[in-house]
Amino acid sequence: MRQSDFRRLSLILLFAPFALWILLLIVLPHIGMGVLALREKVAPRVYEFGFGNFLEFMHEPIYWNTLIRTGSMSLLVTALALLIGFPIAYYIAKIAGPRSRGALFLVCLIPLWVSDLIRAFGWILLLRETGVISSALQAAGLIDAPVELLYNDATVVIGLVYTVILFMIVPLVSTLDGMDNAMIEAGYNLGGNGFTVLRRIIIPYAMPGIVAGCIIVFMLTAGSYLTPILLGGKYSSWFTETIYQQFITRYNWEGGAAFGFLLLAFTSAVVWIGLKLSRQTLAGTVAKS
Amino acid sequence: MTASSEFDLECEAVSKSFGPVRAVDEVSVKIPSGSFFSILGPSGCGKTTLMRMIAGFEDPSSGDIRIKGRSVVDVPPNKRNVKMVFQHLALFPMMNVYENIAYGLRCNGVGKAEIGRRVTDVLERIALPDVGERQIHQLSGGQKQRIAIARCMVLDPDVLLLDEPLGALDLKLREAMKIELKLLQHQFNTTFVYITHDQSEALVMSDRVAVMNNGRFEQIGTPQELYHRPASAFVAGFVGDANRWSGRVVEVSNPHARIETSAGLSALCALGNGQKLRPGDRVEVFVRPEFIRAERLNGAPTPDGNGLTGTVDSLLFNGANSRVLVRSKNAELIEADVTLTGGADDLKPGEAVRLSWSPEQAKCFAAEAATA
Ligand SMILES: Nc1ncnc2c1ncn2[C@@H]1O[C@H](COP(=O)(O)OP(=O)(O)OP(=O)(O)O)[C@@H](O)[C@H]1O
Ligand SMILES: [Mg+2]
Repeated sequence: MRQSDFRRLSLILLFAPFALWILLLIVLPHIGMGVLALREKVAPRVYEFGFGNFLEFMHEPIYWNTLIRTGSMSLLVTALALLIGFPIAYYIAKIAGPRSRGALFLVCLIPLWVSDLIRAFGWILLLRETGVISSALQAAGLIDAPVELLYNDATVVIGLVYTVILFMIVPLVSTLDGMDNAMIEAGYNLGGNGFTVLRRIIIPYAMPGIVAGCIIVFMLTAGSYLTPILLGGKYSSWFTETIYQQFITRYNWEGGAAFGFLLLAFTSAVVWIGLKLSRQTLAGTVAKS
Repeated sequence: MTASSEFDLECEAVSKSFGPVRAVDEVSVKIPSGSFFSILGPSGCGKTTLMRMIAGFEDPSSGDIRIKGRSVVDVPPNKRNVKMVFQHLALFPMMNVYENIAYGLRCNGVGKAEIGRRVTDVLERIALPDVGERQIHQLSGGQKQRIAIARCMVLDPDVLLLDEPLGALDLKLREAMKIELKLLQHQFNTTFVYITHDQSEALVMSDRVAVMNNGRFEQIGTPQELYHRPASAFVAGFVGDANRWSGRVVEVSNPHARIETSAGLSALCALGNGQKLRPGDRVEVFVRPEFIRAERLNGAPTPDGNGLTGTVDSLLFNGANSRVLVRSKNAELIEADVTLTGGADDLKPGEAVRLSWSPEQAKCFAAEAATA
């Protein structure tokens, strides 16, 4: 009896800060946002309960176009991060020696040491009309006039991939690391070629890591603000920018809150579909990677 | 091509170096079709490296490997008809048993109906007909073992390589699997090349055994040959149990030599196979416990031969394999097999005994620097 009391107490003490954090920083703001989002402005300073803010989103194509665009570009970024990150993770986990592995991991970490802002500024220095690449190309005589490499979708995608790829690599390395090399050799030994071994053995084995990496990268990308704005400029049309405008520029907190919920619902739906398609469960993914 | 039907696997002077380490050194062997061949050696002697070269995961530094008479040195691993059972089996955990076995057939482009038929067939042959739909983690250790073998055998390999597949099993299961493996080999009638550092596994299962040490094959022969006519001190010490003494040759009278051991015992020994010794050479003498008679001292003169007296230090009871440890006058411990019936006749600790053995059963070999 005493023992179990003690155990319960220690459990409570252990989880109190965690619960507090969830409550204060996640549950409370969302309740507040929910309340805000469901307040409809009928006249200055007069509010009514209703779904008007959500309806406004439906009626204005530019909003949902932006949301769809954000979603599809985020999926593209996720796919690219996976395509580029998988070989890197495979190299780190399976091919590199134990000593170079640490160094390679560190190299992947370097971009995270620099703040978002500085990183984006770095891209700007490289890509703008008077930037390093443009000047270099001119000096090499490949182009006659300076080119503007900023403010297009490709730049935004590249910048985002660069920012988030580490979050793809880490879970992939940790799942691939747990894979016995003998399993790959068995794949070859039983007659598989490189492609078969990759498709039938390595990828299925790494699936939990792939899904975990994709979820993290997709959520981070869809919710990112600084990189699309700085690299994409005014016309980047990222949904977070729309939310920001509602809150700050138009001072429409109700609309902003509703849009925030829409973004959350949208990304959650995409993740859910992804899990269903890859036949993974969230719990299984998190536990294995 | 004349040899192709006779030998499934031939190695010719195969060597492998990792930098300065010579893991496999000039190994030559011909393995007849349909035989159970074991490679026995201590840890780190290069067994796995040799097997990986046969499977194609390592390139030999020099030498040639032929399967069914055809050189495979330039053939990639997935094109060699040599299948391998890995030490930890390497079953694919994301596939069920059926898929694991079907994997190799799929890689070979076998049709769906044919795959179903062959998987069912092989599952029946390993006496696990109903496990097709199970996940790998739902199998017992022995079942996994058999699935790993079935996964290879369904592809009709020329040679099946097994790298210490019983190492991860507990003792009881290991004993059962030894017999099972031998039966499976008979049933499939395929050449098995079995790697182990456990001499009892090698002796029980094999038609022929190669004893490997420091990257070299010390001796290749039937289990009986290895046991009764070891070709080197290493083989004599590694295969089976033996009392081992080091000493010096006093005089040679072919086929025997009189040896004085460093503990002061003088004994007549048979020269080991191909040994050429001269007086003064340092030698090692091996006498197996089952060839030493232990009798209670009763004053009667003992027949000629080798012998010494001592006191029983302790009894090592192990059913039919019971032994006595006898401490000789020079404080050496000697093991001898005895029959312990549990009656009053049994030897007891502290009793004076006489040990004797015939010179034929004491084998001496020139001492080498590098014996383990
Ligand atoms: N990839 C490698 N690089 C360098 N040295 C290696 C490599 N693989 C094996 N060796 C060395 O080659 C020698 C033989 O190794 P191997 O794995 O063949 O031993 P083994 O007989 O299988 O031993 P065990 O019974 O412990 O499995 C060892 O000294 C080992 O350190
Ligand atoms: Mg080994």
